[in-house]
Amino acid sequence: MALAKRIIPCLDVENGRVVKGVQFLDIRDAGDPVEVAKRYDEQGADEITFLDITATHEGRETMVHTVERMASQVFIPLTVGGGIRTCEDIRTMLNAGADKVSINSAAVTNPDFVRQAAERFGSQCIVVAIDAKKVSAEGEPDRWEIFTHGGRKPTGLDAVEWAKKMVALGAGEILLTSMDQDGVKNGYDLGVTRAISEAVNVPIIASGGVGNLEHLVDGVLKGKADAVLAASIFHFNEYSIPEAKAYMRARGIEVRL
Amino acid sequence: MSTIAVIDYGMGNLHSVAKALEHVQPGVEVLVTSDPKQVANADRVLLPGVGAIRDCMAEIYKAGVDKEVAEAIRSGRPFLGICVGYQALMQSSEENGGVECLGEFEGTVNYFGDHLKDDAGERLKVPHMGWNEVMQHGDHPLWQGIENASRFYFVHSYYVKATQRQQVAATCNYGVDFDVAQARDNVFAVQFHPEKSHTAGLQLLKNFLNWDGKP
Repeated sequence: MALAKRIIPCLDVENGRVVKGVQFLDIRDAGDPVEVAKRYDEQGADEITFLDITATHEGRETMVHTVERMASQVFIPLTVGGGIRTCEDIRTMLNAGADKVSINSAAVTNPDFVRQAAERFGSQCIVVAIDAKKVSAEGEPDRWEIFTHGGRKPTGLDAVEWAKKMVALGAGEILLTSMDQDGVKNGYDLGVTRAISEAVNVPIIASGGVGNLEHLVDGVLKGKADAVLAASIFHFNEYSIPEAKAYMRARGIEVRL
Repeated sequence: MSTIAVIDYGMGNLHSVAKALEHVQPGVEVLVTSDPKQVANADRVLLPGVGAIRDCMAEIYKAGVDKEVAEAIRSGRPFLGICVGYQALMQSSEENGGVECLGEFEGTVNYFGDHLKDDAGERLKVPHMGWNEVMQHGDHPLWQGIENASRFYFVHSYYVKATQRQQVAATCNYGVDFDVAQARDNVFAVQFHPEKSHTAGLQLLKNFLNWDGKP
C-alpha cells in the first residue's frame, strides 16, 4: 500500500491539433487532443500533459478551448505547458480547467516568475520544465546543463543546482527532459534524473527518449522518478497504458490499476 | 430541479468540479457562487479550495463564506468539503506559521515534514501528489459503489488529524497514517480530489448528489 508511480502520456498540440501523429485506428479523430486524451483516460492514464507548440496568438486561443473541452469530459489531472510566460497565461489555463501549468523558458529568462506564480496560484499547480543535456566529457565527473530553444541554446546553468533553485522558488514538481535522449529512444538519462530526484523534495517526472517498457521501469527504479512521461510509444500503439502498468507492476513498482 | 452551490471565494479552479458534477448528473444546476442567497437556497453545498490555507481563510472571511458554511451545516443540507475545503473545517492548521480555521471538526492540520520515509526507509516527496489508496472506515452513503482501498488523486503538503475518531470515514498512509475523509451528520469532507479521481471520484460525487444528508 503506497502512492502509485504515475504514467503520463504527453500530447504535442499545435493550433488545437495533435502533432507527431497518433495512431489509434478506432477513434474518430486522432488529431483531436480531447479524443486522444479520452482514450488514454479510458486506458487508465494517471494524468495527461498537453504541450502547446503553437507559435501564434490565435493558436493559443484554440488551446484554451481545447483545455475547456478536455476538462468537461476527462476527469484526471491535466498539465498544460508551452508558452506560459505570465501570471495571466496561468490564470487563463487554470480557469479553462488545467490543474497544473508547466513553465519552461520563462523560468530561465525570469526565475522570479516561478516565485510569483507559486505565491499567487500555489506550488501544487506550478511545474517547472527543465531541459538538461550532459556536458561533461568522457572520464569527467557527470555534469548536466540547462538548454533552451529546443536544446540548441546552452545557458551555462547547472541542471541540479537549477532544479534546487526552482524548488526553493516554489516549483511543486519538476518535469525533467533529458535532451540527449529525446526522440532517440535509448531511454531516459538516468544519471541526471536520479541526481535531481535526490537533490530536491518535490516529485520528478522523467521525460525524453522512451522506446520500450523497460525504460519506464528504469526511470522509476534507477532514476528515482515519481512519474514517467512518454509520447510516441503510446501514440503509435507500440504499447498500451495497461501493458505498461502490468509490466511495471511485475517489476515491483506500485501502480494504479 | 436539484441545485448545488459550489462556493466561490476566489481560490482556484472551480471549473473542474462544476463540470464533474454536471457530468455525473446531467441537468443538475451547479451554481459557482459566493452570493449568500444562492448558497442559502441551494439543495446542497460544496466547499472547494486549493492553495495556501492562510490565503483561503482570508478570502473565506472577506467573502463572508464562514457564515454561509456555518448556516449550511446547521441547516442539515448535504455539505461536502474538498481538499483545503476540508482542512478549513478543522480547528487550526500548522501552515503559514499557524492559522485558525472554522472549527466545525475538532482536530488539526499538520505538515508532512521534510524527512518523511516509507516503511522500507525510502524517502517520500512532499507534496503528496498522485493516486493513493483510501481505506474506508465503516459504511457511509458516500462510499456506495466504491470499493474499499480504491485509489483517489491527492495533491497536498498538509494532512488532517481528527480528534473525534468515530467521525473518521477514511484514512490513507504516506509515511504517516492520516485522515482523508470525515463525516458528521450532513457533513462529509475529503482530502483528495474526487473531480480528478476518475471512476471512483465521479461515483463519490454522484453519491453526494443523491445523498439526503443522513449518515
